[in-house]
Amino acid sequence: MELVQMQKSLQDYTKSLFLDNLKVEESVLGVIQKLEFMGVLDSQFLQLQQLQDESNPHFVSQVVTLFFQDSDRILNDLSLSLDQQVVDFKKVYPHVHQLKGSSSSIGAQRVKNACVVFRSFCEQQNVEGCHRCLQQVKKEYYLVKNRLETLFKLEQQIVASGGMIPAMELGF
Amino acid sequence: MMEVCNCIEPQWPADELLMKYQYISDFFIAVAYFSIPLELIYFVKKSAVFPYRWVLVQFGAFIVLCGATHLINLWTFTTNSRTVALVMTTAKVLTAVVSCATALMLVHIIPDLLSVKTRELFLKNKAAELDREMGLIRTQEETGRHVRMLTHEIRSTLDRHTILKTTLVELGRTLALEECALWMPTRTGLELQLSYTLRQQHPVEYTVPIQLPVINQVFGTSRAVKISPNSPVARLRPVSGKYLLGEVVAVRVPLLHLSNFQINDWPELSTKRYALMVLMLPSDSARQWHVHELELVEVVADQVAVALSHAAILEESMRARDLLMEQNVALDIARREAETAIRARNDFLAVMNHEMRTPMHAIIALSSLLQETELTPEQRLMVETVLKSSSLLATLMNDVLDLSRLEDGSLQLELGTFNLHTLFREVLNLIKPIAVVKKLPITLNLAPDLPEFVVGDEKRLMQIILNIVGNAVKFSKQGSISVTALVTKSDNRAPPDFFVVPTGSHFYLRVKVKDLGAGINPQDIPKLFTKFAQTQSLATRSSGGSGLGLAISKRFVNLMEGNIWIESEGVGKGCTAIFDVKLGISNESKQSGIPKVPANPQHVNFAGLKVLVMDENGVSRMVTKGLLVHLGCEVATVSSSEECLRVVSHEHRVVFMDVCTPGVENYQIALRIHEKFTKRHQRPLLVALTGNTDKSTKERCMSFGLDGVLLKPVSLDNMRNVLSDLLEHRVLYEAM
Repeated sequence: MELVQMQKSLQDYTKSLFLDNLKVEESVLGVIQKLEFMGVLDSQFLQLQQLQDESNPHFVSQVVTLFFQDSDRILNDLSLSLDQQVVDFKKVYPHVHQLKGSSSSIGAQRVKNACVVFRSFCEQQNVEGCHRCLQQVKKEYYLVKNRLETLFKLEQQIVASGGMIPAMELGF
Repeated sequence: MMEVCNCIEPQWPADELLMKYQYISDFFIAVAYFSIPLELIYFVKKSAVFPYRWVLVQFGAFIVLCGATHLINLWTFTTNSRTVALVMTTAKVLTAVVSCATALMLVHIIPDLLSVKTRELFLKNKAAELDREMGLIRTQEETGRHVRMLTHEIRSTLDRHTILKTTLVELGRTLALEECALWMPTRTGLELQLSYTLRQQHPVEYTVPIQLPVINQVFGTSRAVKISPNSPVARLRPVSGKYLLGEVVAVRVPLLHLSNFQINDWPELSTKRYALMVLMLPSDSARQWHVHELELVEVVADQVAVALSHAAILEESMRARDLLMEQNVALDIARREAETAIRARNDFLAVMNHEMRTPMHAIIALSSLLQETELTPEQRLMVETVLKSSSLLATLMNDVLDLSRLEDGSLQLELGTFNLHTLFREVLNLIKPIAVVKKLPITLNLAPDLPEFVVGDEKRLMQIILNIVGNAVKFSKQGSISVTALVTKSDNRAPPDFFVVPTGSHFYLRVKVKDLGAGINPQDIPKLFTKFAQTQSLATRSSGGSGLGLAISKRFVNLMEGNIWIESEGVGKGCTAIFDVKLGISNESKQSGIPKVPANPQHVNFAGLKVLVMDENGVSRMVTKGLLVHLGCEVATVSSSEECLRVVSHEHRVVFMDVCTPGVENYQIALRIHEKFTKRHQRPLLVALTGNTDKSTKERCMSFGLDGVLLKPVSLDNMRNVLSDLLEHRVLYEAM
């Protein structure tokens, strides 16, 4: 029973990762209704989970760990670069691009979107904007890191209890 | 002493004084007689023109001989010798001859000589006359010069006032006038108003009625007319009676309009509007108007007329030009606003499209999850329908963006082979639930010669049919709906400017959807295919819809080289929608291509396929590797283009390279690989992984020799399909 519950809670949790933050904003023109419906993870993450099989049992956690390592490093570098007196955007830009690429490969949607905004500020060489974006990216990153770590803990608990993590087959 | 001789009594011992006097006189006469011819000869020699030389010679001879006679007389006073007497006689005889000849001569000569004098007088008169004429010509030439100068002055400006002022000033100067005035017709045309004068700085606003006889007289002819100084137009200044007023001349100045100027014609003087120019000679000067002065005035009047009309034309054209400029500015602003609006719309569409895709993915993902749970067959069917519908919805959203791309002309059909019969059945399956609810039976008739497997854009064809059938269902409240599909030959019912000609491996599919529903007013039919326009009937207002469907369908049909039209007999009589599209006939008898919703992922065997992945981003690299490993490939990874070049070999069948790192031209590596593998069958296939797949990126990849483009992040199915297509066809440019 507990197992089933845990499986259910895992599924619930996974679902919740998709169903965060439903915001509806009405714009000034009154014609456009902007639906902000951004999950923390997108379908790419499901793809990753699909790739995990008997031959490759720890694929997802390996990729995610690598992602964490890379991103920590990049975020550190970014903080250092932006704290300089004269910001060298030539160095900042590749970092942001790298982070965007990694996060989109993982499916960390919000991080990726924050990186897109960050990148455009970089192109405009807007230091103030870059600082703000960095904060946003960090916030999103820690959020996804937190959620993924929780997810992994749940999975470990299930495995420890002898159950099977339900595989998700998707037809896109 | 004195002999008595028989001869004449000896001369007296004359008074010696008398003798002496005679002697002297004779001597002087002789001298005179000799000197006169000398003088004559001398003076005649000097003057070359005297025509009667031989007469002079004769005369000279006569005089010489007379002189000789008198000279010889000198000797007669003393002794007469025989020789002297002889000489004397000879001389006298000669003299007599010559004298007579001369006398006879002179009878002829003297009248001539006298007439010379007359001729001289005559010539003198002639010369005086010529002088006078010369003076006249000079005056005329000067007048001409004045006219030219005046004209030049008048024509050098295009300002009406300057023209008129200059005219008056120059005329006044040239002709030394006392006063010169211009009367212009008023707006009403009934009066002449004094507009410009030469001497008075602020002319009082005189007006005279235009119907005065003197004015009519002047207006009636193009010549300058002498008028009385007492006529109202000539009385410009207070007259102090002592003066004898100078002569006054008036001339008309036609006021021409643009319409008076024909090409190649002199301006027609059918114009009714004239101005009056009045010129006054100085009073008390006894000057008269000469003909050449009148001519000058007439010429000037003509020039002024032309110059005025030019000025008028210029004013018109300046006004028109100003207007045009304003319009241009307004148009420019409007155009820029329109461009901004279009850009805003495109941005909006792009953003909305992206924003809408995200929840779509969520719906699809969760529905898939739902599918995996325990469901009753009924529930399963519902979930499958949800999946199919949302997939269609995703397509529709694509098409909202497509429509703007369609209008740019940048949309291209995605051709593939598919089963036509299945397509129709699927459409009907999708519509059936709604039709059943509305109690509208739908029938499908497929012609027996309809090919089963065809080549075309399956997705869009389905959209067209779905749209048309959906409209039929939407706008029908009762009756039945029939869908007919057939191969069309040339049919009389096609619109007259459209002929179908089945060519080779193509054919034209005709689909007719007939319903017995609301029908359409024939007048509204053309509006149907306009975006967003809807006929305001009760039926439509309740059914909603964006109004885009038919417009999009029409565009797709046109892209498929076809035609679409609607026939209806009127409101309430139902309508038939018909469209033709061109499709290719497929040679394959087996079904191939991408199924709409694959139930089970096909495990195509890529076992042992050696591939190389180049990506600088560690995470991406790992994910891509994981994908390919899952598909059974043997994957090698490199993280830089140099490493890639070192590692790549003919054993690798495919190389995946990430090209979205900024600032590094990874495309170069494609060229280097081409260089390295000269034999085509040895070269690995090159696929670019990139973050955007717009036209420019695709073109760039093609130009660098890449065989395919994939959009990151890559899904498993995408990768699978791409690989199988690539290995089969060796080229792929449509995977997204």
